[in-house]
This record gives sequence, structure tokens and C-alpha cells, in this order.
Amino acid sequence: MVRDGDRHACAAAERTARQGYGKLVAFLAHRTRDVAAAEDALSEAFAAALADWPSQGVPDRPEAWLLTVARRKAADGARRRRRGEEAASHLRLLAEELAEGDAEPSEAQIPDHRLALIFACAHPAIDERIRAPLMLQAVLGFDAATIASAFLVPPAAMAQRLVRAKTKIREAGIPFRVPERSEMLDRLEPVLEAIYAAFSEGWADPAGTEARRRNLADEAIWLGRLVVSLLPDEPEALGLLALMLFAEARRDARRNACGDYVPLADQDLRLWDAPLIGEAETMLLRASRMDVVGRYQLEAAVQSAHVVGWRAGRADWAAIACLYDALMALTDSPVVAINRAIAVAEAEGAAAGLVLLDAAGQDARLREYQPYWASRAELLRRVGDRGGADEAYQLAVGLEADPAIRRFLQQRRDTL
Amino acid sequence: MKYMLLIYANEGAFQALPKAEAERGLAAYIAYTEALEKAGVRVASNRLRPIANATTVRIAEGKTNVLNGPYADTREQLGGYYLIDVADLDAAMSWAARCPGASHGAVEVRPIWEM
Repeated sequence: MVRDGDRHACAAAERTARQGYGKLVAFLAHRTRDVAAAEDALSEAFAAALADWPSQGVPDRPEAWLLTVARRKAADGARRRRRGEEAASHLRLLAEELAEGDAEPSEAQIPDHRLALIFACAHPAIDERIRAPLMLQAVLGFDAATIASAFLVPPAAMAQRLVRAKTKIREAGIPFRVPERSEMLDRLEPVLEAIYAAFSEGWADPAGTEARRRNLADEAIWLGRLVVSLLPDEPEALGLLALMLFAEARRDARRNACGDYVPLADQDLRLWDAPLIGEAETMLLRASRMDVVGRYQLEAAVQSAHVVGWRAGRADWAAIACLYDALMALTDSPVVAINRAIAVAEAEGAAAGLVLLDAAGQDARLREYQPYWASRAELLRRVGDRGGADEAYQLAVGLEADPAIRRFLQQRRDTL
Repeated sequence: MKYMLLIYANEGAFQALPKAEAERGLAAYIAYTEALEKAGVRVASNRLRPIANATTVRIAEGKTNVLNGPYADTREQLGGYYLIDVADLDAAMSWAARCPGASHGAVEVRPIWEM
């Protein structure tokens, strides 16, 4: 039996972790540049919270409590790990930090260095492939295994790359600062990519069963709004925000009352969030006036085309296929190739879609990607290849982690 | 933090330059060194003599092997270095970009492991 106090303390720790993780990591690491040590100290502080709070009660300012404990753990850690001059300089930085702020800063007073942390993670000296995963881990607290699955990379390789990247930030002296306006455009792209990756990860849990993930789409939208407020004239930042808002607007329509997955074509359009869609349209319009087309604006335009289709009672699949053509030219992404094949199947027939899907399937990364097999199964069904469809559905079911989508795929397979 | 800026360039191409251009090239290095000095970030710097004068020593199984030539026989050679002391990697990278070597070759930025 879990006592009420325990449950309350766990919930408070969980809530603080969700809301404050990145802020606390950014604050702990911005001087020392030691992200790994900040994460370690913070995880020790969370462990201390789970030990203390059930008996002592949850403190009035849980973030400040965690920060105080984490700083003490960080100083202990520095003493343990480092020797001589290096330890001395590390401890001096920690001491300066303590002297700079109050020993017990209130939550409102913990300076928000998240943006600086984000730009450190997306620094040009960091390996391109690891920038987005690094941001997800340092800012949002994702574990390496979850990030690995989102990025189609083996978990051990992902964990190793994350460690190397954090070591490089510390040892190579990558600064925690927001770039000057002149550098901003080059530095922005990997930031947007990571924000979108975070959003997609949150989007993958529509039932909201995992607290971390449930909040992730919100966090990503928050980060998107922050970037837009900082760079109001950057069309791709606006495009990304529009894209996320369009998707978020459909969140509730993706599950029926029983928690079953509802594909886009069958969604109850009254469940779409009209104000969010309106905001997304406004963002996309603002972006389009700047006359610089980019990946996120095109993806948002696809979403917008779906909304227009909803209002007209019929989606314009030929227009959507055109947008995917432009996206393919820009990104060469295998995932875009799947979506393009589906749009072409809707516009010109399943056989035309299958030809494109076969071509996309040459990319080995898609072999373990559920939507590829589900799309393939659906198109094979439409051309009357029941055996092929059955086989493809079996693979899709085997690769899916979300039980609701697995149920949906199994039902589709049963109706073959 | 201290960083070593290692200049890799094709020394043959530099030696083949007409006299006036070679002088302009050297003047650019002198101006760059002066700029580092004025900014108070230069710790040390040197130009290395050509690889024709290089000797590589390695001990294997207790035996000293001496090779007439550079460690790696590549198109671009280590031709000089600057040791600078700046705030962070961004500052080191911006100094590396100003180094004439970044235009006619490449500049590798390496943080110093303090001993």
C-alpha cells in the first residue's frame, strides 16, 4: 500500500520534474558547462525529494528546494571526481554562482537559461546527428532509450553519442549563450528540428498515459512560441509553430470514447480545436508573407490543406501531393516519401501510390518503421493483394508500441 | 580557456607563390599575430619549417625507428600554431576564422588539456 503522503510527494516530484527539469539543468550547467554533472546532481536531488517529502511534507517551493540540494550534490560530485586545480576552478564557479543568487532562490527568481542551453546543444561544433537528441535529454529529461526509438537509432549507440556530446560541450568550452542576430539564422535550424522532434514524441502518446510525454507537446509548443517571440521575422520558426498548432488542434479527435485510435479520414471534425487552427493559420499567413519557403511552412501547409478539405467536405489530395513533392525536394526524408505515396494514392489511385511506396522502401531505415508497413498494407488491400496486405499488417502490428494503434492495425488486418 | 589553433596548409603551394604574393601572405600573418597580441589573447605562436626538415621518431619493440619526413604524408601539413587564451569555443572559433591559414588551408581548434 502506498500512503497518501507518498503519493502526494511522488506527484509533486513528478510535476516539478516535468515543469522545471530543463530550467534546473540549464541553471546548474550554464557556468560549469557540465551538463552530465548537472543531470546527475538533479537526479540525486529528485531521489532525495522522494525520500524526504513523504515524511517532511512537500516544500512550498519545490523547484528551489531541488536546486539547493542539486547544487550541494554538484559540489560534492566535483570534489569526488576532480582533483587539484581543475576541482578548484570548478568549485570556484559553483561558489560564484551561490554568491550571485540568493542561497534559496524563489522559483520566480531562478534565471531561465533554457534558451542558452538549447543553443549550446545545437552548437555547430556538436555533431549534427546528436543536436536534437541532446536537447531532448538536457532540456526535457528524456532517457537515451526513448530518444533512440524516436530517431531510429540503436539505444546503445544513442547513449554513447549523448555522452560524447556532453563531454565536448564541457571540454571544448562550448558557451551557454543566445547567439547574436547575425549568427541566429545558421544556428536556428537545428533548434527548430529538435523542437519538432520533441513535439512528435509527445504527439505519439495521445492517450496521455505517460506524464513526461503528455507534457512534451505542450513544452515543444512553448519552446516554439519562445523562439517566435525572439525571432518574429523568421518564417521557418513561424512555420514550425503553425505546424505544431495544427497537429495539437486534432489531438482529441485521434481517440474515440473507448480510447481506440481514429485515423484522420474517420475523425469527428467537430472535435478539432477551432481557435488553435485559427492561430495556426495566422502564423502560416505571417510566414508566407516573408516569401521564403521552407520545410516547416510546407508541412504546415499540408495541415492547412486538410483543414480546408474538412471545410469543403473533400480533401484536395492533388494539392497535398504537390506540397509533398516540394517537401521531398527539400528534405529527401523517407518519412515524407511515405506521406507523398499516400497522397498520390488518394489522388491517382492505389497502384500509383504503391509504385512510390516501393521506391521509398529501398531505404533500409524504413524496414522497422511501422507506418511504412501499415501504409503498404492499406494500399495492397486496395489493389486486391490480400496476401501481401496480411503480411504487411502483421509486420506493422509487430513493430507498433502503442496498444491503441496496435488494436487498430489488428482490426484492419481482421477485416481483410 | 586555452586553445591551440593548428594551421594545416599545402606548403608546396605557398613556396610556389610569386615573391610579392608570398610577402603579402606573410604580412597577413604578422598583422594577425599583432591583432591577437593587442587583444591580449596570444600565449604563444610559431611557424614551423618545411616538412623536408622533419624527422619522425618512434620506438617499437625497444628499437628506435627514425623516419626522414613528417608523421603523416598528407597533402596539407601542420605549418604553424597559435596558442590563445579566450573565454570559450565561440571566441576561439572566431579567431580561427580570422587566421590567414583558414583561407589558404584549414585551422584545427583544440582545447588545451591543462597539466
